[in-house]
Amino acid sequence: MITVSYTALLHLLLPEVIVVVTALLVLGADLLISRTASSRIRFTTGAAISAIGCVGAITQILLAPQQANVFDGTIVVGPETQLVQIALLTLAVLVVALSIGSSFTSHVGEYFAVTLFATAGMMLLVSSENVLLIFLSLELLSLSLYVLAALNKRSPRSAEAALKYFLFGGTSAAFLLFGLSLLYGLSNSVNLVQIAHAMKSPPLDPLLAVAIVMIVLGFGFKVAAVPFHFWAPDVYEGAPAPSAALISSSAKVAGFVIFYQVMAIGFAGAEGSADWRNSAPGWVPVVAVVAALSMVLGNLVAITQTSVRRILAYSAIAHGGYILLALVSHTEQSFDALLYYAITYALTLIGAFGVVAIVEEQAGGEKLSDFAGLSRRAPVLSACMLIFMLSLGGIPPLAGFFGKFFLFASVLSGGQHPFGLLWLVILAVVMSTVSLYYYLQVLKRIYIAEPSSEIPPIQVPNVSQLVLCVIALSILLLGCAPNLFLKWLQQPIRIAHF
Amino acid sequence: MLAWTIYISFLGALALMLPGVPARAARGIALLAAIAGFAVTISQLMAPANGAMATIVHHSWIPSLGIEYHLAADGISLLLVLLTGIVAIAGVLFSWNIEHRSKEFFALYLALIGGVYGVFLSADVFLLFVFYEIAIIPKYFLIAIWGSTRREYAAMKLALYSLVGSAMVLIVLIAAYVIAGAKTMNILALSQFQFPLHFQMWAFPLMFVGFGILAGLWPLHTWAPTGHVAAPTAASMLLAGVVMKLGAYGCLRVAMTLFPRGLDPWGFRVLGLGSWQDVFSLLAVIGIVYGAMVALVQHDFKFVIGYSSVSHMGFVLLGLMTLNRIGLTGAVLQMFSHGVLAALLFAVVGRMVYDRTHTRDLAALSKMHLNKAIPFAAVTFTLAAIASVGMPGFSGFVAELQVIVGTWSAYPIYVVVAGIGIAISVAYAWRAMQKAFFSDAGPESTMLPLPPISMPERLGAAMLILASLTVGLYPQWLLNLVIPALNSPLFEGLRKGRW
Repeated sequence: MITVSYTALLHLLLPEVIVVVTALLVLGADLLISRTASSRIRFTTGAAISAIGCVGAITQILLAPQQANVFDGTIVVGPETQLVQIALLTLAVLVVALSIGSSFTSHVGEYFAVTLFATAGMMLLVSSENVLLIFLSLELLSLSLYVLAALNKRSPRSAEAALKYFLFGGTSAAFLLFGLSLLYGLSNSVNLVQIAHAMKSPPLDPLLAVAIVMIVLGFGFKVAAVPFHFWAPDVYEGAPAPSAALISSSAKVAGFVIFYQVMAIGFAGAEGSADWRNSAPGWVPVVAVVAALSMVLGNLVAITQTSVRRILAYSAIAHGGYILLALVSHTEQSFDALLYYAITYALTLIGAFGVVAIVEEQAGGEKLSDFAGLSRRAPVLSACMLIFMLSLGGIPPLAGFFGKFFLFASVLSGGQHPFGLLWLVILAVVMSTVSLYYYLQVLKRIYIAEPSSEIPPIQVPNVSQLVLCVIALSILLLGCAPNLFLKWLQQPIRIAHF
Repeated sequence: MLAWTIYISFLGALALMLPGVPARAARGIALLAAIAGFAVTISQLMAPANGAMATIVHHSWIPSLGIEYHLAADGISLLLVLLTGIVAIAGVLFSWNIEHRSKEFFALYLALIGGVYGVFLSADVFLLFVFYEIAIIPKYFLIAIWGSTRREYAAMKLALYSLVGSAMVLIVLIAAYVIAGAKTMNILALSQFQFPLHFQMWAFPLMFVGFGILAGLWPLHTWAPTGHVAAPTAASMLLAGVVMKLGAYGCLRVAMTLFPRGLDPWGFRVLGLGSWQDVFSLLAVIGIVYGAMVALVQHDFKFVIGYSSVSHMGFVLLGLMTLNRIGLTGAVLQMFSHGVLAALLFAVVGRMVYDRTHTRDLAALSKMHLNKAIPFAAVTFTLAAIASVGMPGFSGFVAELQVIVGTWSAYPIYVVVAGIGIAISVAYAWRAMQKAFFSDAGPESTMLPLPPISMPERLGAAMLILASLTVGLYPQWLLNLVIPALNSPLFEGLRKGRW
């Protein structure tokens, strides 16, 4: 074991430390003003402090880029993890900025603190190859999210959503822990690389097969893949909008990244194959089936929904299916594609939930019919929603299109036989065509339907409008110039085993 | 220089979205943008060119994937860019009366035009696909917001058909890109890559059908009549005039150049068909005859024109499938000719007649004595109808004649069938003309006082007729562009052993 001085370790984890300290600061600050200040001021103060903390952490990452692997893979930091961390922090900034002006809870300080704890959990999650730390940070993240989902105490649906989320999440954590403990039993190690080393014996051990299924099940719950998706629609529908935005965006990014790392690193050697007519047992065919089911079911069920939040939920399941394709091919390029796709997707969903939140507040609901004629009541908001929906549907020149192209091209180059994964790519392209139907349904309400009666224009809070415009423009920019993002990934320094 | 056609259109669309621009200025801005695009094209045509592929802009875009921002034009693209310019101007002139949400209307209109220009000028297949998809969304909104009969249904149908087509194209595109080493998307480089025969055998039909959906390939044409009918006049002019050509252009420029061996014989015969060439030429002739026959029995004036578009686009696809130079040249000319004439026909039906009489029912129109009420419309329609059935002197004759000659050496029997199609087209054109304009049913006293044909309409109609006449009387002008393009290295794989 390498000895590391605690100063060096502190330096390495400084971004996470900044985030946690900020969380405590927010709590304290809110405690000071909670008696006297209005909810609006409390939200603004909390958001400002949290945003400053996150930006500080981003600055720290950018100013002192690190490359380290300490305590046998307990903390692994490199350009890719740092990119993910920056993305997670940026997403958190956007979420807290969009929650200015909302009034879903009186626990303002707690809301921001828990959001930051969740972010710290995600940051740790993506920078570890130690299954214990992975599990711990995953639980830090999950418990924070359960609380966030329940924060609107006035709404029974929020409580219901949180309870469902908690029960499903708790069960899945048990499965995951069971799977991980089997892995430890098989390999006598908690480090992913060593686990993979210990198990390089081609005939699949039945215990290993059980471990694979348990772990896929556990992570499948976290990323809401079919058939472990039941919590998602209720949570997306019931949770307060900013919490739903966090659950559907940065938590997803972190979940997919760690899912990828656990499978690709920890189960190297037990891949098997999902190639058409050439499948072999291993974790890849399991993930392939989950991915295919998610794409089909998510898209088909989304068509029948009348609530925009539920449409977003089912579409999230479908997008999860596309992203899982990157695991199926698990090449270096497909990891890049996963990062691009997941991050731009998360950005889009935060924007979409931002729009939903405003419409909910001003039009009284988030059914499709509440969006009728929105383009005449709030043109800028509608233009942003247009960009979000079209990007989700994969229309160029928005980020969603390039993400799909990059992802599918990388998946097709993977696979053990040339074109073995073509069936998944065809399924994905066909299903993303289906998805455009329901995205167009939303846009149809916004742009084509007449508003039900003469309703005054929607007052969009200035900060929200600014943030939404920034998100929309960055989706356009990332779609037009994906190289801005890819350049980062193709820096010469890489973690040794990537 | 030619790249500015794209930029001007998108900039125009952006300018129209700015909040400060008054709604009254919208049509003026749109007209300016359309004319500017056209002027750029004309200035390019004036320069001596040999019709071969010439690069306009070439930048690296996504270097790690080998994708480039590469615009280039050869004779075929120039021809279609010219067509787009003409139809774009005419479309604005014929939508001079749009009052409802006019800024959005013209913004979407220009965005659509920009996408179309982009497709015709892309030399990188990825870029081409990007523009191809960009063109889909404005179509949806143009029809769904400003359309008439069953507009939301028609708009969604059109969008879904287009998207299914582009999904097919995208699958083949990704597969071809990966097979060729994932290093380039340049169309010339890909066309010179020897794709394995078994891959070409499934990639070609998938991509041809994918693009063919937009070109009105029977039996996947059904979006076209409903879409055309529901669309506002300018949108149906663009749809029939230009957007259907996107499909045909994709078939020729991408599917056929990338996978020329996909047209080779299978080595066995099913129902007398021995290759994809046989299959698609059969579908093309069916489209010609079927479209014409359905047009013959329509009661809605616009449906007559809608189905006639399917029939005329059948000639384009048939020309492509002859795989000889004269047939291909004819197909390209027919793209131009049908683009101009379909735009004109839709302008007459949608703007001159429907916007004034508020009916498109032929039986109702036959009681209105339109030849006396709006004689200009009657004359324009007559000219457009005789041009589109192939009257010598107009563009339709030159184009369809070449397709027929090309077909003669490839599929002699189809010449007869296509001839029948032309005969039926005379019948439906005359029937529609007679019922709508020259009927003497009903007393003259029921004649309504209709608003006179306005100046923008007259200008637009004159421009389109002039374009058709020019090509009809001096086809050499266009042939000088098309033939060198067909002889360029891009078409080498297709040309090999064929002409």
